[in-house]
Amino acid sequence: MSGERARPWLLSAPALLLFAVMLVTPLVMTAILSFNSFDFYGGIQPTFGLGNYADVLGDGYFYEIFGRTFLIALATTVICALIGTPQAYFLLRMHPFWRSVMILVVLGPLLISVVVRTLGWAILLGNNGVINEALRNLGLIERPLKMMYTSGGIVLALVHVMVPFMILAVWAALQRQDPATEKAAESLGAKPITVFRRIVLPQAMPGILSGSLIVFSLSASAFATPAILGGRRVKVVSTTVYDEFLNTLNWPLGAAIAIILLVSVLAIMVAWNRLVEKRFAGVFQ
Amino acid sequence: MAILELRDLTKRFGETVAVDRFTLSVEKGEFVSLLGPSGCGKTTTLQMIAGFETPTGGSIALNGRDLSKVPARARGLGIVFQTYALFPHMTVEENVGFGLEMRKVPADERKRRIAATLDLVHLSHLATRYPRQMSGGQRQRVALARALVIEPELLLLDEPLSNLDAKLREEMQLELRRIQQEAGVTTLLVTHDQSEAMALSDRIAVMQGGRLIQEATPFEAYDRPTNGFVSSFLGKSNAIDAHLEAGGAGTTQLRCGDIRLDAPASSHGPGAVLVSLRPERIEFCGAGEGIVSGTVVERVFLGDQWLFKVKTGLGELLVVRRNSGRREPEVGETVHLSWQAEHLRLLEAGSAA
Ligand SMILES: Nc1ncnc2c1ncn2[C@@H]1O[C@H](COP(=O)(O)OP(=O)(O)O)[C@@H](O)[C@H]1O
Ligand SMILES: [Mg+2]
Repeated sequence: MSGERARPWLLSAPALLLFAVMLVTPLVMTAILSFNSFDFYGGIQPTFGLGNYADVLGDGYFYEIFGRTFLIALATTVICALIGTPQAYFLLRMHPFWRSVMILVVLGPLLISVVVRTLGWAILLGNNGVINEALRNLGLIERPLKMMYTSGGIVLALVHVMVPFMILAVWAALQRQDPATEKAAESLGAKPITVFRRIVLPQAMPGILSGSLIVFSLSASAFATPAILGGRRVKVVSTTVYDEFLNTLNWPLGAAIAIILLVSVLAIMVAWNRLVEKRFAGVFQ
Repeated sequence: MAILELRDLTKRFGETVAVDRFTLSVEKGEFVSLLGPSGCGKTTTLQMIAGFETPTGGSIALNGRDLSKVPARARGLGIVFQTYALFPHMTVEENVGFGLEMRKVPADERKRRIAATLDLVHLSHLATRYPRQMSGGQRQRVALARALVIEPELLLLDEPLSNLDAKLREEMQLELRRIQQEAGVTTLLVTHDQSEAMALSDRIAVMQGGRLIQEATPFEAYDRPTNGFVSSFLGKSNAIDAHLEAGGAGTTQLRCGDIRLDAPASSHGPGAVLVSLRPERIEFCGAGEGIVSGTVVERVFLGDQWLFKVKTGLGELLVVRRNSGRREPEVGETVHLSWQAEHLRLLEAGSAA
């Protein structure tokens, strides 16, 4: 009998072990590290206190970085939703052949390394980059538009990376809807735009929700894109943590910032999830 | 005057002809069924009337007005979809009110009409539920209410009962008929279920391979099928291949192998015919009185009736007998069968399905 009980545990043991070693252990160690203190001469001190958290939460510099990070993540999420939702709808309505082609096109960016892709953006966005050169040669601008080392540039590149996640999530939700609901609305007198707004969009909501959860959390913790396109000037939380770990060598402070990022992203996601599920109760089972 | 007139309506999908020169007219207040096996073009016909498919040829007129240039949203038809197609994110009230909202009906009138229609379908107590919190039969009623509330000139129903279990389906048949009559709405129903079509309709249009085969009242279609397909599709029937020959003194006779049968009066000329005989018109009788005799090879008890399969010189014949509590022949027993010649229907040879 005890063998019967143990079997499910035994079967999931490898996965549990991997999960424990690869995810839980580093997280717990980071959490512990964040309670230690740091001394410029003595290095990390095995003390236990909330000093690092007090430092972060009491310093306007960090508020600015957190604020910028969440704004970038929010803007990326909103733009992805605005682009991804209609695009998923078009995909759904496409001829099967063109649909498979378009899905490849949509997923294409995911096949290329983030670093390569971001360097591509750097070439496009730089002061002497492709876009500015083109605009200058056309005589549209005198002085280059500043796009590198701005939050806008980071958002632009992040949207490019993240939009496939949104499209796939919304597409999955739209596939679950009964296509006859659109016809029903039409037969009741709804114009195409009304059908989209009143019938398709609400049914796509679970997809938009899960898509925005993915995009928001990935954008808030993105590293390569803000590191390359933001440089030293436009810092976000993840690049700040990186600097604390590798330049200042203040690991405990870096760990505290990382933990605050984790907790606040989790809190935002849970709140957003609750809100949407309540508002669109009918489509969530 | 006819509300709906289909004339030579045709739809081709590439090589397949889904609907082939289909002509039908529906009178005001009538309940007409399109009946036919799966794939015979019923849904396509309905979709063309609704405006979701463009006809390849022919015309559709609603109240004398040609619909070919009218988009689906401006046709003002009430449609109940096979899947019901309720809006999952709206409550019952909101679902039903959607069509009125699109018509910019003022809020207080909207409320009144929603309430009246929900009352008609006996759903007033569930007005604030979401579709997923309802049973199949209840969803069916919501779909019906949503289509009826806009007071359509024509109600289109695509296999509305096929997603319900057998018992509920029977209940909903009666309900559907009551609601249709109370609302006084002209209705076109599509179904592959012959019993549903017979129970509900004033008139049945039987379709096969995209074509109209017979158009008649349910009784006429069952009792006087014009075609072997109709006779086998509506209810059970025995199809016998035979030869019509002139008998003596202006009478006619049917020859089937070496068996000769009296033929009913008919306009058929001599030659090969298909004879259709309903199982419930065959009787068991004493030896010597029968037209043919045979052996019972199968016997099925159906509660209110018995179904026999009897092997005879005419082939295997189905016989249905009311269960009157008497002893009935067993498998292997020899029985003698008789019927009145007037119950035989002579149909075009080779027209069976
Ligand atoms: N969109 C379509 N493309 C190609 N063929 C179709 C399409 N819709 C229906 N058909 C074909 O037309 C015929 C009639 O279909 P349908 O009207 O759905 O039949 P029913 O509703 O009577 O079962 C079938 O042979 C079906 O395969
Ligand atoms: Mg169909």
